[in-house]
Amino acid sequence: MNDENLLLLLILIPFIGSALAAIVPVNARNAEAWLSGSVAIVAFAIAAYLYLSVADGGVVRYTLEWLPEHGLNFMLRLDGFAWMFSMLITGIGFLVVLYARYYMSPKDPVPRFFSFLLAFMGAMQGMVISGNLILLVIFWELTSIFSFLLIGYWHHNAAARDGARMALIITGIGGLCLLVGLLIIGHIVGSYDLDVVLAAGDKIREDDLYVPALLLILMGALTKSAQFPFHFWLPNAMAAPTPVSAYLHSATMVKAGVFLLARLWPVLSGTEEWFFIVGLAGMSTLLLGAYFAIFQQDLKGLLAYSTISHLGLITTLLSLGSPLAAVAAIFHMMNHATFKASLFMAAGIIDHEAGTRDMRKLSGLFSFMPITATLAMVASAAMAGVPLLNGFLSKEMFFSEALEEHSDSILDGVLPYVATIASAFAVTYSVRFIHTVFFGPKPTGLSREPHEPPHWMRLPIEFLVLACLIVGTIPSLTIGPYLHTAVISVLGERTPEYSLAVWHGINTPLIMSVTALAGGVLLYLVLRNYLTRCEDGPPGVRNFKGQRIFERLLVTISWRWPLWMEECFGTYRLQPQLWLVVFIAFIAGLWPFLTTDLNLGLPTLDGIDPAFATIWAIGIVCATGAAYQAKYHRLAALILMGGVGLVTCITFVWFSAPDLAVTQLLVEIVTTVLILLGLRWLPKRLEETDDSTTLIAHMRRYRDFSLAVVCGGGMAIIAYVMMTSPLPETIADFFLQRAYAEGGGTNVVNVILVDFRGFDTFGEITVLGIVALTVFALLRRFRPASDSVETPEQQRIQNAFDDDHPDRKVGETVYNYLMVPSVIMQWMFPFIVLLAAYLFLRGHDLPGGGFAAGIAMAIGFLLQYLAGGTQWVEDRLRILPLRWIALGLILAAFTGMGSWLFGFPFLTSHFQYLDVPLIGKVPIASALFFDLGVFSLVVGATALILIALAHQSIRSHRVRTTEAVKAEEDA
Amino acid sequence: MELVLSIGIGVLAGSGIWLLLRPRTYQVIIGLSLLSYAVNLFIFSMGRLTINAPPVIKAGTEIDPATFADPVPQALVLTAIVIGFATTALFLVVLLASRGLTGTDHVDGKESER
Repeated sequence: MNDENLLLLLILIPFIGSALAAIVPVNARNAEAWLSGSVAIVAFAIAAYLYLSVADGGVVRYTLEWLPEHGLNFMLRLDGFAWMFSMLITGIGFLVVLYARYYMSPKDPVPRFFSFLLAFMGAMQGMVISGNLILLVIFWELTSIFSFLLIGYWHHNAAARDGARMALIITGIGGLCLLVGLLIIGHIVGSYDLDVVLAAGDKIREDDLYVPALLLILMGALTKSAQFPFHFWLPNAMAAPTPVSAYLHSATMVKAGVFLLARLWPVLSGTEEWFFIVGLAGMSTLLLGAYFAIFQQDLKGLLAYSTISHLGLITTLLSLGSPLAAVAAIFHMMNHATFKASLFMAAGIIDHEAGTRDMRKLSGLFSFMPITATLAMVASAAMAGVPLLNGFLSKEMFFSEALEEHSDSILDGVLPYVATIASAFAVTYSVRFIHTVFFGPKPTGLSREPHEPPHWMRLPIEFLVLACLIVGTIPSLTIGPYLHTAVISVLGERTPEYSLAVWHGINTPLIMSVTALAGGVLLYLVLRNYLTRCEDGPPGVRNFKGQRIFERLLVTISWRWPLWMEECFGTYRLQPQLWLVVFIAFIAGLWPFLTTDLNLGLPTLDGIDPAFATIWAIGIVCATGAAYQAKYHRLAALILMGGVGLVTCITFVWFSAPDLAVTQLLVEIVTTVLILLGLRWLPKRLEETDDSTTLIAHMRRYRDFSLAVVCGGGMAIIAYVMMTSPLPETIADFFLQRAYAEGGGTNVVNVILVDFRGFDTFGEITVLGIVALTVFALLRRFRPASDSVETPEQQRIQNAFDDDHPDRKVGETVYNYLMVPSVIMQWMFPFIVLLAAYLFLRGHDLPGGGFAAGIAMAIGFLLQYLAGGTQWVEDRLRILPLRWIALGLILAAFTGMGSWLFGFPFLTSHFQYLDVPLIGKVPIASALFFDLGVFSLVVGATALILIALAHQSIRSHRVRTTEAVKAEEDA
Repeated sequence: MELVLSIGIGVLAGSGIWLLLRPRTYQVIIGLSLLSYAVNLFIFSMGRLTINAPPVIKAGTEIDPATFADPVPQALVLTAIVIGFATTALFLVVLLASRGLTGTDHVDGKESER
């Protein structure tokens, strides 16, 4: 397999492993560990193999086109620096899996743990080998998300939930800023390709947008690497299981920030802004982190602040802008990962075996776990920067760089002192860690007897500590070439001469080191007594917690402000909301009149047909009447509304729109029946006799009335102005001229619906189908209000009549009610079906079409229900509206797709003449089948809605009879 | 003729809006129907008013677009009528269900305290 595909595998394997790990049974700890371990070791092997290709500045690339037109491709790019990180991610990942196998309790749901861990591994891996800036951000955010899930792994624990949320918010906001920053970089450079960006350093630094881009990118990097003032999420993330802390929050994920700073170092560094912002953040983090670490009582808290401080050290080095400092930064990333991961694991073992991480309770553990203690001592020594260990080497490089002059500023001037002091603090907390935990009197009050952990659990620490030792004693023979590979991939031609020797002679850095060591030990001796009994947190600023500020901020933004806004602007009432909507619409309609100079001529009364005016006089009376009666006289309002519908219908006929008139008339019928069916379930409302309405209610009515009047008046004016202004050239000509030539129909409206704009119609019938299904679904769970359950009064009287006459069966009168119209309606059925067919078939050439025919057909069914009653119809006729709907949609879709077979786009229509025996030549258009689909769907949807509503009467009837039976039984 | 129709549209819209702002669900459903008549007529009238010129052409003849009514607003309104029926049905069912659940036909699901 070639290198490019191996690169892809490097990402895919962890994600596939994650998916597999998620489906393993909950208690299979060993299977999980084997799976995850194999994934990590295979990825590690692949990464190791790829060294051959990246040594001496080689780069492996993999490109998969994604959105090339936007410069977005799935590009992977492995160079020496990314390779170094890949090795850390997969290597430490493997050790952490091994450790976690023994750390996790059999009660923990391990599939979730290992699945997230592997997914994190994949995301982190993807982040370091992304060759495209946007892809990098995507993986970056994925690491934040998996970090969130892993910190919150023990989600029954409030601290874990809070810590996870805080980490997600802080790093998520940073990630968002990073995205914007990188978009700006992409804008400046004109490409998101990392290679192109890295080659455009001068262009970026000279651009006006450099500072905003830098600030945004730094927001991303500094939040991720927990730099001051965003550092506080990391100590809270310690609620995660210790393997997670060892892996994500010391060795890998928090390194993402400094990784990015180093990655973009050739492009962004070297300016004053860079030095001041990055340097200030780095130095304050270095110093404050170390200071805070001294006063922690929780082992993991100490290590967390120490991590913050060490990341500050790396940031400081990167801020200096000198190549040698960058070398030191890259070297320290590696060294810190090794000693800090081992220390976290050691802390986890102590917690596991002694039952607590509180340093006030721990002491004298050396005699219980001598091997672990020795390992922890070596790793702490590396953390403190003791000679012959790897931490010493990078710290010496840091000191010598701190002494160099980089810019003429106070910040640069104080750096050597800051470095020495922070280093002394590092010695203090390292000594404290070892001395408190392992020496002194035997511990009292522990919940269990501490002992050495299983050997396999200790193995990862042994391995890492050995690495610290070997690198610390013979650096140039071991880490030298690999470090060189990483360094040249970042610095390229600017790679400086550097020496990895352990002994450089007696020079200023060495003196600084010795000072720091001596000062640190001395400081510990001074503070020792205080530390054994003090509270958690550094004196002086103990109560000043970033966490508390963050939480207060969070509560303010996400709770207080929304609540306040809701109180001010919100309402649960519909009427004010609708009022506002109408009012805004009114203003929007008014706007053109205010801004443009409209010439409103006086309306003339010329050419008004008195018949038409009379019809509309009736329409106006109906409309106002409906508005007036809708509250207390619902049936009257419904009838008046039907009158308005008829006037509308006549208007359509009058002004040359026969299709609309037919459809309007038919829809009018079904709407009326629909609302009639609904009336049955509405409460009785008698006209109020007493005048109980308040003044406010009166005012409200006047307000609504005025809004209605001005809106209606506005509509009238706009309509009049539009109708009397000359018609500009419209697309109507296009449709009229091509309706027959291209659509094969002479009824242009129908041709537009089923041919030119067929896709719109397809969407519309889909909506119709969805609405019908929604109505059906809502009615399935329909429970009427208790006062509507009773049988209607008329039926009760009729049934009572049956009861009184022994020769009549109960229900007979109801059944025979309106017998003559019923019979007529039943006889009408075939004629209505014929009418529907007629409307459908003529639709393409004359007024009619699928919509009208569909509704006509549905009315046919409806009349049968009205005539015979629900049960009578359903004993004789199975309508199955759902199938009509499905058939209609399928027919319309397949007709549309049919054009694909001939290589045309969806819904391209075709028509030709067909010789039918007896009838002769008839035009057949593919649009006819589409219209058939429309027809079928409209039948189904209309019938479904009406039948579902009609069924409610017989359903509640059934409920009532069972209740009646029950009542009788009780009696 | 334009004057009559525009006054008609205005009255329908005004009546619809008045009902839309009322507290009873039945008033709102009638209001919405009236409003949709007004809006349909309004859209239809954007093609201007023409008498005796339905957009039904004669096959095979030269077509002068000026002699036909505008088919585009008609096509728009035709689907609007059908969809309007569907939304009326949906609203009706929602108001019935709401009345069943809350026991009141007030739009807010509870009587307002006046």
